[in-house]
Amino acid sequence: MLQDKDRMFTNLYGFEPFNLDAAKKRGDWRDTKEIMAKGRDWIIEEMKTSGLRGRGGAGFPTGLKWSFMPKEVTDRPHYLVINADESEPGTCKDREIMRHDPHKLVEGALLASFAMQSHHAFIYIRGEFVHEGTELVRAIEEAREAGLIGKNACGSGWDFDITLHRGAGAYICGEETALLESLEGKKGQPRNKPPFPAMAGLYSCPTTINNVETIAAVPEILKRGGEWFSKLGKDEKNSGTKLFCISGHVNSPCVVEEEMGIRMKDLIETHAGGVRGGWDNLKAVIPGGSSCPLLPAEICDTVLMDFDSLREVNSGLGTAGLIVMDKSTDIIYAIARLSKFYMHESCGQCTPCREGTGWMWRVMTRLVKGDATLDEIDMLLDITKEVEGHTICALGDAAAWPIQGLMRHFRDEVEERILAYRKIAKAA
Amino acid sequence: MPKLTIDNQEIEVEAGTSIIQAADQLGVEIPRFCYHDRLSVPANCRMCLVEVEGGPPKPVASCAMACGEGMVVKTQSEMVKKARKGVMEMMLINHPLDCPICDQGGECDLQDEAVAYGYDRSRYRENKRAVKDKPFGPLIKTIMTRCINCTRCVRFGEEIAGIDSMGQLNRGEDAEIGTFIAKAIDTEMSGNMIDICPVGALTSKPYAFKARSWELTKTDSVDVHDALGSNIRVDSRDGEVLRVLPRVNEDINAEWIDDRTRFAYDGLAKNRLDKPYIKDEETKKLRPAEWPEALAYLSEKLKTFKSDNMAALAGDLCDAESMFALKELMGSLGVENLECRVDGAQFDVSNKAGYRFNSTIAGIDEADSILLIGVNPRHEGAVLNARIRKAHLERNVPISVIGEEADLAYPYAHVGTSPKDIEKLVKTHKGKVQFERPMIIVGSGVFQREDGMALHAMLHDAAEKLGCVKEGWNGFNVLHHAASRMAALEMDFTLIKPFDLNKMGFVYLLGVDNEATLSNIHPHAFVVYQGHHGDAGAHRADLILPGAAYTEKSGLYMNTEGRVQNGRQAVDPVGEAREDWKILRAVSEEGGQPLQYNNLTQLRAKLAATYPAFGEVGEIASVEWGAFGDAKGKANDTPFENPIDNFYETNVITKSSKTMMQCTAEFVNSEETLAEAAE
Repeated sequence: MLQDKDRMFTNLYGFEPFNLDAAKKRGDWRDTKEIMAKGRDWIIEEMKTSGLRGRGGAGFPTGLKWSFMPKEVTDRPHYLVINADESEPGTCKDREIMRHDPHKLVEGALLASFAMQSHHAFIYIRGEFVHEGTELVRAIEEAREAGLIGKNACGSGWDFDITLHRGAGAYICGEETALLESLEGKKGQPRNKPPFPAMAGLYSCPTTINNVETIAAVPEILKRGGEWFSKLGKDEKNSGTKLFCISGHVNSPCVVEEEMGIRMKDLIETHAGGVRGGWDNLKAVIPGGSSCPLLPAEICDTVLMDFDSLREVNSGLGTAGLIVMDKSTDIIYAIARLSKFYMHESCGQCTPCREGTGWMWRVMTRLVKGDATLDEIDMLLDITKEVEGHTICALGDAAAWPIQGLMRHFRDEVEERILAYRKIAKAA
Repeated sequence: MPKLTIDNQEIEVEAGTSIIQAADQLGVEIPRFCYHDRLSVPANCRMCLVEVEGGPPKPVASCAMACGEGMVVKTQSEMVKKARKGVMEMMLINHPLDCPICDQGGECDLQDEAVAYGYDRSRYRENKRAVKDKPFGPLIKTIMTRCINCTRCVRFGEEIAGIDSMGQLNRGEDAEIGTFIAKAIDTEMSGNMIDICPVGALTSKPYAFKARSWELTKTDSVDVHDALGSNIRVDSRDGEVLRVLPRVNEDINAEWIDDRTRFAYDGLAKNRLDKPYIKDEETKKLRPAEWPEALAYLSEKLKTFKSDNMAALAGDLCDAESMFALKELMGSLGVENLECRVDGAQFDVSNKAGYRFNSTIAGIDEADSILLIGVNPRHEGAVLNARIRKAHLERNVPISVIGEEADLAYPYAHVGTSPKDIEKLVKTHKGKVQFERPMIIVGSGVFQREDGMALHAMLHDAAEKLGCVKEGWNGFNVLHHAASRMAALEMDFTLIKPFDLNKMGFVYLLGVDNEATLSNIHPHAFVVYQGHHGDAGAHRADLILPGAAYTEKSGLYMNTEGRVQNGRQAVDPVGEAREDWKILRAVSEEGGQPLQYNNLTQLRAKLAATYPAFGEVGEIASVEWGAFGDAKGKANDTPFENPIDNFYETNVITKSSKTMMQCTAEFVNSEETLAEAAE
């Protein structure tokens, strides 16, 4: 259990104002100049020590990612792009940061940009986050007026500014290279990698793209030291604290900061008021936002909430957006709904995803009714395999995994429904 | 220079080469739809997946992955086969099964690859998607349900043709290719989209439902609609040209041709002169005649004129052999009054470097600045314009224009309109040109004025002072727009001493239909017209000898660079029409002084012996830079005018082409069309 003294996001619930004065009282913008004075190598080393892994879903070590940026700035400027296009179903952590604790993000942007020799950061915010965007703009303006960013930010001698860009509501723009395309004013379609953004990103310049939560965690880590952060959590690979978003059939859905590697059961019972109707009423949990394969109740009993533990049970931590489903859930319908989401959000650029997401949804829709044959389950799994790993970006994978998870753990239920439907059809 | 292994074959490639390119070099086949070696790489079809050992445990798109040192690539592993099979299945689930009625059938990439990687039956039980067809104009027929969203056409438009009106609209399953506002594809290069479309989504409208690819006789030839000599393949069946496609020639047209070259062929079947005609001296009306009668009539007429009262003119579409035969025929009659510049151009023909495209078309890829004078390359050589655009896109070569302003599909600096602006430019830049390989492109149209000779000298001066001529680089270029012109000039088919056409009693027109020349012929002159279309020249003629169009005869053509190329006969001339050199040979025999050749080989041997350039097919004979033009003359300040108003109607073939008329209506007179549509 995370102790209050180790909590980073102290205004997660907006009990205090988000403004600069209140933020400073909470410790934001303290010693920023001094930290910058320690130099960018120190910052990157400290980030590596902390073991912070990207909070956007893929979990790539942040310090390592930063170190991929070219050491020297040539004729092409460096950029930091912050991914605030939070749209994964079941995820709502960045939103809380942006509307209640935006100064953490602004300060983190300065420190991260300084470490990567970027004079300009772009925040790409989800279009639907109108209120959050407004508050973030106000926080940026406050910081600019106070001289914390802008020319000679915090008196450090480093010029730095932030541009906020609003998206237009496409889920795919949360994919980092599609985000760059959209930011450049083009249609949001993922790019091929390589080249990776650290080599050729925004406007073909070296770019690092980080999640809001990752950047917002930077100031606290640097202030308290990477050592402190790495000691929290399960182990050095799954260290620190993390925001968990718990939604679905729980008594009090919430976003909560907890230690990495907390038991899922503890997390749900302690912070979300438990599963509706008690833990025994649990059917399944999607542990990390809609794209992660679901876990049945028996695994949920024991599994720990961190990157590696969840990988071991063929799922993933993703964005740590838990979707809890009790026994009243039509699990097949739930997954079919996710398939529809991915079909709708596929950008249509590459073949397997463009065609496959629609096919998967159509088969899933029939499976909801049971209007299928038993061998179509294997065919559906085969389709997911044809999409998975063959696409430009990970949306194809994301569309495939929920279905694979369903069939892995609830195949019997799908089969039952098919047989029941055929029985009725036959009788009729 | 990374070294890698593809299917157990080692290869060393240049840095930056993609795996698919390396495989192509090795001859290892990798299926592809979206990848095209002249376009950018979107890697969206996912058909070219290969396995890279030691890489991530999933296949990679070989078109987008650069070769790395020590890479081990497998193109035939189980993983690859499974992946391709999967991608192919996805391609096909929403692709209609209409191959039997699809014009792409037989030459369809999807069809071919489906045989290799497709399942033998569909597992897709759901409804197929249908996509609305798009109005892409009179040339491109769309059946968008067949589209596999490879975006080749979009990229061609953006990267080669220079139109940004196309794109992939909507997303996911609803994604479709189209124009952002419903309108025709307004570029003279649009036909190439048909070629690069890997499926039957974009097909040729004029060719629709005409033939299957395997029924066609394919003849390699060269184009005559402009002076570039684009390499083409003429596809015919039963003596009818059914379509024209480009052939790859990196030095000239890469693998593109413009829409006039591609679609004007239907004009070959209209308004044709299929038998000799004689104008009745009393009724003044043309009447059909037989060859012996026509030849005898001509022979008789020839005897009644003095040689200095006779002239012979060669038009825009003539092959070298027929002009040579005409020259020899006239020579045997003592006639010296010859002219090929029937557009009225006046320039100095004494120095070959003064009127040709010295830096070669491929030289545009090396130029580091381009000045266009009195030329709209988009109309006078659309394929060449694409190369200029490439120089702009890839190397940001600065381009300036002196002359009429026009949409050239790339940005340029408009620095003036008339000869005095050339002088001004020279004055400001004299001695301080910072470019290594500057290039001037002069349209042959600028010489269509009285001060042509003086202008020619002025341009010579400008070329030298702007640093266009130096060791190893000659950046002075004239872009002709008539396919026959260079060959005619090479064989001195031009005036030896000035003559007044208006005073001639006998005029022999070899395919001359230019109003500028015809209006100059005396009303009482006896005019012989030898050509293939009943147009202005035939209208004026007293005797018509039906000749062959470019697809109906073998002939040599010299393009604007001075490159000699071989056009081959694809079909027979219509009706009584004959190959042009044969007609001239017959005329000479009728006159009692037969020309000294009995077949094309002998004629070519004589031609090459007299003018050696014609002996080197495919080559460009080198020329020396030297003075040209009338240095004492004074160019006046009349602004330059582009000679071509309507790209789609430039010669007798295009004027007879229904397709070209539709293009004129759609693209040139579009406002009128819109008004009609509104009614």
